Amino acid sequence: MLMIDNEFLKEAVTARFDKGILGIEESYGTLDFIVDKSLVIELITWLKNHETIKVNFLTSLCGVHFPDQLGRELSVVYHLHSLVNNLRFRIHVFLPKENPEIPTLCHLYAAANWMERETFEFYGINFLGHPDLRIILNVEDMDYHPLLKQYPLVDATRTDKDDKYFGR
Amino acid sequence: MGLNTIKQPGSPEMYVGEGFGLTQMEKVIGLARANSIWPLPFATSCCGIEFMATMAATYDLGRFGAERLSFSPRQADLLMVMGTIAKKMGPVLKQVYTQMAEPKWVIAVGACASSGGIFDTYSVLQGIDKVIPVDVYVPGCPPPPEAILDGILKIQELIKHEPIRRRQSEEYNQLLQSYNID
Repeated sequence: MLMIDNEFLKEAVTARFDKGILGIEESYGTLDFIVDKSLVIELITWLKNHETIKVNFLTSLCGVHFPDQLGRELSVVYHLHSLVNNLRFRIHVFLPKENPEIPTLCHLYAAANWMERETFEFYGINFLGHPDLRIILNVEDMDYHPLLKQYPLVDATRTDKDDKYFGR
Repeated sequence: MGLNTIKQPGSPEMYVGEGFGLTQMEKVIGLARANSIWPLPFATSCCGIEFMATMAATYDLGRFGAERLSFSPRQADLLMVMGTIAKKMGPVLKQVYTQMAEPKWVIAVGACASSGGIFDTYSVLQGIDKVIPVDVYVPGCPPPPEAILDGILKIQELIKHEPIRRRQSEEYNQLLQSYNID
C-alpha cells in the first residue's frame, strides 16, 4: 500500500505546483508550506479532492502578527489534517498590514466560517467572499483588533491595579 | 416582675416585659431579612466551585438562613457574582441586577469579580463595580468557603442595620443613577 507521509506530500505538492510555493519547512515532524495568497485556495481544494491524500479536516485557522517583518506582517495559518492517512501539516500565507485580504475557505470547510470570523476580529484580516464576516467573541462594539501588537494587552479601564504585582 | 432590656447576639436590642417585647420596626425587619436571604448565584468560574462547597454539608450556608437558592433574579435578595466577568457578560449581569426586586444586595466573590483579577486584559471587565453597585467584596483567588461565609455574615450585618427608608433615599437613587439604572 502507498505510504502517504511527509515525503510523499512534499513531492506531490511540488510536482503539481511549481509557482507560488515560497518555501517548505519541517519542524518536529510536521510540514509547513509557505505559499502565495493567490495559490492557497487552489492548493487546499486540490489537497482535499486528491484521490489519495484526502485532506478532509480543517483543524484550525488562525492569524499571527509579526510587526518586524516589513511587507509581510500578518500571517494566516491553516492547520490541515488528513484523517484517512493520519497526516497533519500547516499552510502559511503572509499578508501586508495594509488592507490584508485573502479568499475565504468557507465553501470547502464549514469549520472555516467561525475561525475566519475570529481571525478577522483579532487581526483585521478580510476574508473575501465570507458569508457573514462579523466579530464573534468580543463585545459587538469592539472598535479595534486587539491581538495586533501595537495595542496594549492591558485593559485601559483598570483603576485599582498596581503594576508591580503584575510583573511590569 | 420589672421591665428590663435584653441584648442577645444576633437579636436587636429589646425592651421586654411579661409576654411582650418592644423594639423598633426597622430592627425587626432587618432581623427577618438578614436571616432569610435568597441568594442568586451568578457563578462563571472557579469561585462558583468554592460556592458549591459553601452550600454543601461541611460549610452549609443554610445555617445562616440562606438555604434556598433562587435561580430567578425576580425572587432573589442577594446577587452573588462569583468568577470572571467578560465585558460581553457585563450587560447581562446588569440586566440580572435590574430584574431583582428591592431591597437587593450584591456580593463580589473573588479577585475577578472584585477587580478583574489576573485577567488584566482587553476582554475582561475590571471589576463588576464598573456596571453594578457592590455591597461586599470577598478577596481570594478563589476564596475558600470560610471567606465566602464571612462575606455572607458581612452582608447580614449590612442588612440588619439598614435604615428602613434607605431604598427611597436620595443617596441611593444617586448611586443607581451613577450606574444608569432607573
